[in-house]
Amino acid sequence: MRHIDKTVVGLTIAFLALLFADFFMAEWMRFIGLQSLARGTVALGLLVLWRTGLVSFGHALYFGFGAYAAAMLTLLGYHDAFFLVFAGTLIAGLLAFLLGFLLRRYRAIFFALLNMAFSMILYGVIVKTEALGSTDGFSVLAPTFLGYAPEGEAVQTTLFLFTLVFTYLITLGVHLYLKTTLGGMSMAVRENEIRVEYLGYSAEKVIHFKYVLSGLVAGFGGAIMALAIGQVDPDSMANWTVSGEFVFITILSGIGNVAATFVGALVFELIRTYAFEYAPQFWQFILGGSLLAIIMFLPDGIWSVLSRLRKAEKAPSP
Amino acid sequence: MNIMKRSGRVALLATGLAAAIGFTAGAATAAETVVMAVPTFLTGAGAPAFGVPARNGAEVIIEAINKGTLPAPYDKSGKGLAGRQIEALIYDESGGGVKQVAEFRNKVQKQGVDLFVGYISSGTCAAITPVAEELKMLTIFPICGTPRIFEEINTTPKYVFRTMGHATADGVAEALYVKANMADVKGYTGINQNYAWGQDSWRDFDLAMKQLMPAVPASDKAQWPKIFSGQYGAEISALMLSEEPLVHSSLWGGDLEAFIFQGSARGLFRKKKLLFSVADTSVYRLGKKVPTGVILGARGPYGIFAANVDTPLNNWFRKVYIDRYSTPPVGGSYQAAQGVLAAKFAYDKAAAANGGKFPSTDQVIAALEGATYQGIAAEVHMNRSNGHQAATIHQIGILEWDKDAGEPIMTKVATFPADCVMPPPGVNGTEWLKGGMKGAKC
Amino acid sequence: MLTLIAILVDGLIYSSYLFMVAVGLTVIFGVMKILNVTHGSFYAFGAYMSATLVGIYYQTDLPEFGGFLAIFGAALVVGLFFGVVLERGLLRFLYHRDEHTIVLATFAMFLVLEDVLLMIWGTDPYYATEPMGLLGFIDYEALSYDLYRLSFIALAIVVGLGLWLGLTRTKWGKILLAVIFDREISQAMGINVTVVFLVTFVIGSILGALGGAYIAPTISVSPGIGVEVIVLAFAVVVIGGMGSIPGAMIGSLLVGISRAAAVHKFPEIELFVIYAIMAAVLAFRPEGLFAPAQARKI
Repeated sequence: MRHIDKTVVGLTIAFLALLFADFFMAEWMRFIGLQSLARGTVALGLLVLWRTGLVSFGHALYFGFGAYAAAMLTLLGYHDAFFLVFAGTLIAGLLAFLLGFLLRRYRAIFFALLNMAFSMILYGVIVKTEALGSTDGFSVLAPTFLGYAPEGEAVQTTLFLFTLVFTYLITLGVHLYLKTTLGGMSMAVRENEIRVEYLGYSAEKVIHFKYVLSGLVAGFGGAIMALAIGQVDPDSMANWTVSGEFVFITILSGIGNVAATFVGALVFELIRTYAFEYAPQFWQFILGGSLLAIIMFLPDGIWSVLSRLRKAEKAPSP
Repeated sequence: MNIMKRSGRVALLATGLAAAIGFTAGAATAAETVVMAVPTFLTGAGAPAFGVPARNGAEVIIEAINKGTLPAPYDKSGKGLAGRQIEALIYDESGGGVKQVAEFRNKVQKQGVDLFVGYISSGTCAAITPVAEELKMLTIFPICGTPRIFEEINTTPKYVFRTMGHATADGVAEALYVKANMADVKGYTGINQNYAWGQDSWRDFDLAMKQLMPAVPASDKAQWPKIFSGQYGAEISALMLSEEPLVHSSLWGGDLEAFIFQGSARGLFRKKKLLFSVADTSVYRLGKKVPTGVILGARGPYGIFAANVDTPLNNWFRKVYIDRYSTPPVGGSYQAAQGVLAAKFAYDKAAAANGGKFPSTDQVIAALEGATYQGIAAEVHMNRSNGHQAATIHQIGILEWDKDAGEPIMTKVATFPADCVMPPPGVNGTEWLKGGMKGAKC
Repeated sequence: MLTLIAILVDGLIYSSYLFMVAVGLTVIFGVMKILNVTHGSFYAFGAYMSATLVGIYYQTDLPEFGGFLAIFGAALVVGLFFGVVLERGLLRFLYHRDEHTIVLATFAMFLVLEDVLLMIWGTDPYYATEPMGLLGFIDYEALSYDLYRLSFIALAIVVGLGLWLGLTRTKWGKILLAVIFDREISQAMGINVTVVFLVTFVIGSILGALGGAYIAPTISVSPGIGVEVIVLAFAVVVIGGMGSIPGAMIGSLLVGISRAAAVHKFPEIELFVIYAIMAAVLAFRPEGLFAPAQARKI
């Protein structure tokens, strides 16, 4: 074995540790963890896009689409988590596939804003639809897992386990994808698209593929969120501020490593939770302030702190 | 070794951070207090109209409970809830249902909250109901309006209560008032915000009108401005050009005030009869700018409708509130106060039944289920939805400006009994309206 | 017929409102390629400052029409202060970073300023309706319009014309166009891009604050007004073409007139008008109606 992928090893250790921790974690912490996994997965999709130099300010579109798709299926009588999450993911991916034909032609800020514009259209449709509870949204019953119908705390424990397994697989998949030729093309597209095309690859196709990937994982995050919270509503699922939060998490995490997005998502949840607790009227101030501080002082996200520590560790002291 | 070290980095962060916080921070509550979480809008558009008045109302009552200074009928039950002091955690309801559910769990599991008295938006209440039941957490909704809480989301609640009438009552009372006072009205139209509350309000009023005054036509061009749009020029023109003389509106807060300013400047209120279902929130604040002669509701006997209710409790409440916040209490203040009083009533009653010992949550719930207690302005009957949904009298009147007192007053107030405007126990509001409001006792 | 007149007048008023709300955003985007989310805060601060100053003004015995000076004064004070502080204190450190980071920084700043607003003015709403009462109203058959809101149209025309003339007929305008076209070459030609950016940002800020300040007398100045404006301004700018002033004008007119028509004819769909136009424009001309051409980088 000449080469062992450290990220894969690290992810696996984290996965096993969290799997074990699931049974001991404080309930509120598990809930924060669940949300971090859901939001982190969305950020993972954004990371893939970001490596190509593209940022979407509208991924609440796919997040909301996945969430509402899963939630609406429960209204039709489907309650199996595997089916709901799979369907939510797939439907969001399909939408990304369709919109991708248009969006893959745009770069830079135009790409970001067109995404935002599309997400606002979804928001408008939901608010207008009384059958879906308009701004109130509607509640989602606790899911079953291949016939197993947990109750009480077991719902969250099982859901966490379920989410953890899939998140682990998705993260591994994305990581391995980024190492393939097509995945590695990201940076090339970002640096010089036309040269990529001279090499015989279609930059638009590369982007389109990544876009669909990001839509799929955002749909997954949304479906998980709908099941975890037991409620969908447009303001917390499809509003432009939600998209802003995803970009926030991506910046917080940095794009150095797939695992970073989950750490970023967790840090985000914790900042928000504690800001809410200690400054009930001024939590936005704290949230915005932390974001500014990170942008100014940690331009490459929290992951860069660890890289720096590692370098310091390696450097022999004179 | 090196590999382990580096890959450990990923593992360490992901789990270490989570675990460190998750395992260490336990819920530490002093045994001798009752921790009451009070979520209400402290930021955003909901704050001035509902959130802050509600917080103020709750604060006045909580403080009086802790000091034992509540007047009759609560003057004999001692300090605190069943003898224990209330520790109030007031926090922001903004950010949508999902964030509030997360916050609810945090408060329960991390901060050891004993009960919730709060939530203003119907959306939040709808999101919280299943979680409150799952976590077995006593939760009293003092304000939110949607009937769906106990009609669809949970028809057999155990831990969730609502201490005011729901939105169906508003629509019915308004239609009854129109029937009694504007028997020859030629038609009606509306302007309601295009979101859940506005849609529900118009539907209930429209359904009630179709039952009570079937000959009166509704406009097919009722206006649906986007919530928080703030500019109503085209809507006002459309209302001026419409044939219907009566305009129903459930606008509130900043939208309502902007509509009033822009409508007044163009003489809308001289040309049309307006019916505002929750305008009491802005009445005192607008002062002389209020449009007089409009039909007004406050979602029950609250705020300006209670200005002249002469009971020790109400006189005391108004005085303390005005002294402290230099403005009279509005609907939200009364409703939140009524919610906190439900807790006071239930804990004390349960303690009495428990031989004076501090009651368990189940005993508190048993004490509140189906009970009748004294709110600030009116009696509250917890007699709908298995004793979890309140019914109270409902009032509608005409707003006028009292030149001598220099304040707005209600005139031609009609009072409707609870059983007249609320569907009977076990009956779905919309079906009740569509079926001709059978069993209403007016 | 009366309905048609109403649609036209209401549409023009609303278009002017949209233009005033959006123009500051479009100016900053056009020159600096920054989607300035803080624009919403400028609007809100402009409105609060205007309400405060107007309130103070009418407690004095000064001539009634001077209230308008308070409005423009508020816009100037807010725009200058935030424009300079934000550009010098924050944005200039971020110009070398990618544009998404800058958008996010303005988003963060917006969150911070939302709460600063609460700290300064609290949650109670402010009213400054005096200037609106001052101008009175005109009647036309069953309709009547207040002159204050009609004056939106005049203000929008003045602002739009002023910007257009400034851009096309002055040396400054030419410099600005050069910077918009190619930042690096302009710099090489001796244009002080730093100053151009600062001035542009301040002008954009003043325009944002002016929107809030001038609209303040017609609304209840209360928490949350900034958020709504961002979405609206953003939609107009997307429809018209990001960064184009004529685009913002056409976008405003398109949305304003269609919305008025919807309100009068099909009120049920009012909410959708803006989204529908946006969707249509995006589907057929995603760069917006008047977007400047983009050179492809090799």
